[in-house]
Amino acid sequence: MLRFLARRVASGLAMLVAISTVAYLLIYLAGTDIARNLLGQNASEEAVAARAAELGLDRPLLERFIDWVSGAVRGDLGTSWFSGAPVTDLVTSRLGVTLSLVVLSTLLVAVIATVVGVLAAVRRGWVDRVLQVVSLVGAAIPNYLVALLLVTILAIQLQWFEPTGYVRPEVSLSGWAMSITLPVVALIISAIAAVAQQVRGSMIDGLRQDYVRTLRSRGLPEWRVIYLHVLRNAAGPALSVLALLFVGLLGGAVVIEQVFAIPGLGSLSVSTTTQGDVPVIMGVVVVVAIIVLIVNLAIDLLQGWLNPKARLS
Amino acid sequence: MSAAPDPAASSAPPSLARRLLHDRLGLVVLVTLVVVVLAAVLAPLLASYDPGQGGLLDALAGPGGDHLLGTDGVGRDVLARLLFGSRISLLGAALAVVVAVVIGGVSGLVAGYVGGWFDGLGTWGASILMALPGMIVLLAARSVVGPSTWWAMAIFGVILSASVFRLVRGTVQAVRGELYVDAARVAGLSDLRIIFRHVLRVVRAPVIIQVASIASVAITIQAGLEFLGLGDPTVPTWGGMLNDGFKKIYQEPLLVLWPSLMIALVCLALTLVANSLRDALENSASTQPKAPPMDAAARAATVAAAAATAAAADGGTPILRVEGLRIGYGVPGGVSEVVRGVDLEVRAGEVLGLIGESGSGKTQTVFAIMRLLPVGGGIVGGHVLWHGEDLARFSDARMTGLRGRRIAYIPQEPMSNLDPSFTIGHQLVEPMRHHLGLSRKAAHTRALELLARVGIPDPPRTMKAYPHEVSGGMAQRVLIAGAISCEPELLIADEPTTALDVTVQAEILEILRSLQQDLHMGVVLVTHDFGVVADVADRVAVMQEGVVVETGDVREVFRAPQHPYTRQLFDAILTEEDIRPAYALAGAVEEGPR
Repeated sequence: MLRFLARRVASGLAMLVAISTVAYLLIYLAGTDIARNLLGQNASEEAVAARAAELGLDRPLLERFIDWVSGAVRGDLGTSWFSGAPVTDLVTSRLGVTLSLVVLSTLLVAVIATVVGVLAAVRRGWVDRVLQVVSLVGAAIPNYLVALLLVTILAIQLQWFEPTGYVRPEVSLSGWAMSITLPVVALIISAIAAVAQQVRGSMIDGLRQDYVRTLRSRGLPEWRVIYLHVLRNAAGPALSVLALLFVGLLGGAVVIEQVFAIPGLGSLSVSTTTQGDVPVIMGVVVVVAIIVLIVNLAIDLLQGWLNPKARLS
Repeated sequence: MSAAPDPAASSAPPSLARRLLHDRLGLVVLVTLVVVVLAAVLAPLLASYDPGQGGLLDALAGPGGDHLLGTDGVGRDVLARLLFGSRISLLGAALAVVVAVVIGGVSGLVAGYVGGWFDGLGTWGASILMALPGMIVLLAARSVVGPSTWWAMAIFGVILSASVFRLVRGTVQAVRGELYVDAARVAGLSDLRIIFRHVLRVVRAPVIIQVASIASVAITIQAGLEFLGLGDPTVPTWGGMLNDGFKKIYQEPLLVLWPSLMIALVCLALTLVANSLRDALENSASTQPKAPPMDAAARAATVAAAAATAAAADGGTPILRVEGLRIGYGVPGGVSEVVRGVDLEVRAGEVLGLIGESGSGKTQTVFAIMRLLPVGGGIVGGHVLWHGEDLARFSDARMTGLRGRRIAYIPQEPMSNLDPSFTIGHQLVEPMRHHLGLSRKAAHTRALELLARVGIPDPPRTMKAYPHEVSGGMAQRVLIAGAISCEPELLIADEPTTALDVTVQAEILEILRSLQQDLHMGVVLVTHDFGVVADVADRVAVMQEGVVVETGDVREVFRAPQHPYTRQLFDAILTEEDIRPAYALAGAVEEGPR
C-alpha cells in the first residue's frame, strides 16, 4: 500500500511539473504587449520599456521561468501586473469559496447518486426511468442554463432566494446555506445523473456475478449482499467517474459563480483574463491543477482501499 | 458548411444510419439538427434585419410586430442575431470537432496499433489534458490570444482530443488482438492496408458517436465563454446574447430565453443522436425479461398431489424431493422451458449424482432448488419439497434463513465465486456470525479450523488473503469450507471439480466424501463425469435436454443402464480416460497459495 501511495504521489508531481511548464511557456511565449496596455497608448517608448524591465519582461524566458519555479516551490506565485498584490494571496482568498462550493457539490453527488443508482439497479421501475431521462437531459443541457432557469423562476419570480450575492459562513451560516443552494443545485443535477448512471450500470453487472449467487446461497440477507458486497465492487468505476466530474464541477463553478456573483476563483479568473493579468492566470492554473491532483490522489487511495487488485497495478 | 451534426449523419455505416432512421426519436432529432444547420446557412435570406444594427429607439421591443422575437437592449433584432449566431456556434463546434478527431484519432490509432513509447506518451498526455477543467484552460488562453471564437474552439479541440484518443486507442487495441487481424498480418497484408480494411471500420462507429457528444460539449463551452463576456462583442453569438440578456433579466427575461432554447435544443439533439446511435450500435433492448408465472391450475393440482405423496412416504423421509419440476425463461413472445420435468429425491446422508451433458438443465435444477434462478427465470411447473414443504411458498426471509444454514452450495468455478473485494476470512466469518450468532473471535477460530479441515496448509495466511492471491484449488477448498461452515443437512455441489486440475480434482472429491460422512449430509452432486459419480455417489439421476431419463442405485445403473443416453455417457468415459494422462501431465502444477 505504501509503494502504491508513493507511485501515485510521484506521478501526480510529474504531472504538476508538466502542466506548469507547458502552461508557463505557452502563456508567456505568446507575450502580449502588457507594458503598453498598462501605461496606455500615449506613453512614450522609453516609459514602456522601463515598465517592461520593471516587470522583468526583458529577461530571457527560461530565466524568468526558473525564477518563477523557485518562487512557486516556496509558495510564492509572483505578483499581479495590475494590482501588484501577491498572486498567492489573491488566489487563496478566493479559493475557499470555490472549494466549498465544489467539495460540497461533490459530496452531495456521491451520496445522492449512490442512492439513486442502487435504487434504479435493484428496483428498476420508475426510479430507473426518471434516471434515464434526467441523465440524458442533464448531460445535454449546460449547467449555466439550469442556473439561469433557477434564478429566473425561484429567485426573480418567486423570490424564495436572493438572485445573487454570497454570504460568508462566518457571518451567517443559514445565510450562507441559502446563498449557495441554487448554485449547488445547478452544478449537481447533471453530475448526479452521470454518476448514478454509472452506479446503476456497475450494480446491474455486479448483481449478475457468480459470487453474488454464492453469497446468497450462504443465506446472507439481501441488504448485506447489495449494500456491502455488490456496492463495494461497483464503487470503483463510480469513483472514476466522480474524479472526472470533479474536474467538470470546477470548470462549471467558474461560470456558475458569475451567474450568482459569488466571489470565487471563477470571478477572479474572468476579470484577470479580460485584463491579461498573466501572473494571476498562471497562479489559478497551478492551484487548480494541484487541487485536481490531490483529489485524484485521494480517489486513487480510496480505489486501492476498495479494490485490493487496484493496488497491484 | 459542414457543421458538427453532419458527419454523424452522412458518414455513418449504412446499416447504422438505417437503424437510426427506424428509431422514431432519432429521426425527429436528426431532422431538428438539419433544420438548425439550414437556418444557419440561409441566415441572410431568413433574417429581415441586420443582426448588428439597432437603434436605442427600438430597444427592448417585445415579441411580435416588426420584430418577431423582439429586440435586445440596444434595439437589435433578436431573431436575426439568433440566426447569425447559429453560424458561429455551429462552425466553432465543427472546428473543435475536426481538431479533436484529427489529433485524437491519428494519435489514438498509432498508440493503439503500434503501442510502445508513443502509447505511453500519448496516454500520459491525455491524462494531463483531462486533469484541468477546460474552462480554466480556455480562460488562460483567452488572456493570451484574445476574444477569438476560432482560437478558443481550436484549443478546446486539442483538449477534447484526449477523449477521442482514449476511445480510439482502446478500440484499436481490442481489434488488434482479434484473430482476423492476426490472420491478415500472417497473410502478408501491410499494416496500412490492415488499418484501412479492418481497423478503421471498427473505430468509425464509436468515433461518430463521440463526435456527436463532443460537438454538444463544444457548443456548451463556447456559449459559456461568451456568456462570461469573454467572446468577441462584434459578432452575434448565442452566448453573447445570453450575456446581453442576463444584464437585462429584470426588464426582459425573454431575452435570455431565446438563446437558452437554441443552446439547449442543439445540445439535446446532439446528445440524443449520440444516444440513438449507441443504442443502434449495441442493439440493446434494455428491458428486463420477466420471470414467467406458474400456471395456477397446475400449481393447485401439484400441491395437493405433493401433500399426498409426502404423507404417504415411509420411514426414510427424503429431506429434498423434486417433483415434475419445470423451469422457464421469459423470452420475447413466450416462455422458453429449459427444464421440462425433473424428479429427484435425496435422503439424509445420501449422495445423489446428477449427471448429464452441459445444457441438460442440471445447474438450472439446483438453482431452482435454492430459489436462486437468474433474473428472468422461474419455476413454471412442479415443485421442490423441503421436508415435505413446498419451497416456493416460503417467505423470502424464511428462504434466506434456510440457505447457508440448512442447504449449502458449492459452485463450479471457484475464482469467480469469491467476492474479489473482501478477504477470504471475511467471507467465511460473515455467514457464521449471521447464522450461528458467533462472536467475531469465535467465528474466526472456527474459520481457521474449517480451513485446516479442507486441507489448506497455512490457514491464518489464507484468512488474510484476497481471492486473487490464491490458486483455483485453494479457492475451491475455501468455498467448500464456507459451504459446510454451518453444518448443513443438504449440500449442493455444482460440478465442484470441473474447473480444477486433475490431481486437485481427486483431493477435492476425497474431502467432499469425508465431510459428507462426518456431517451425515445429503448431497446433490452435479457432474458430467461418470467417473466422479462412480467415486462418491450412492444413487444417480441421468438428465438429458431438461428431463431426467434414468434414476437408480449407482451400482445398478452401472451394471445395467436402461436408457440409450446413459449408455452413450458410459462410452464417453472410456474416451475421456484415454485423453486424461496427457492433461494430467500438462495441468498438474500451481497448487497452494501463490
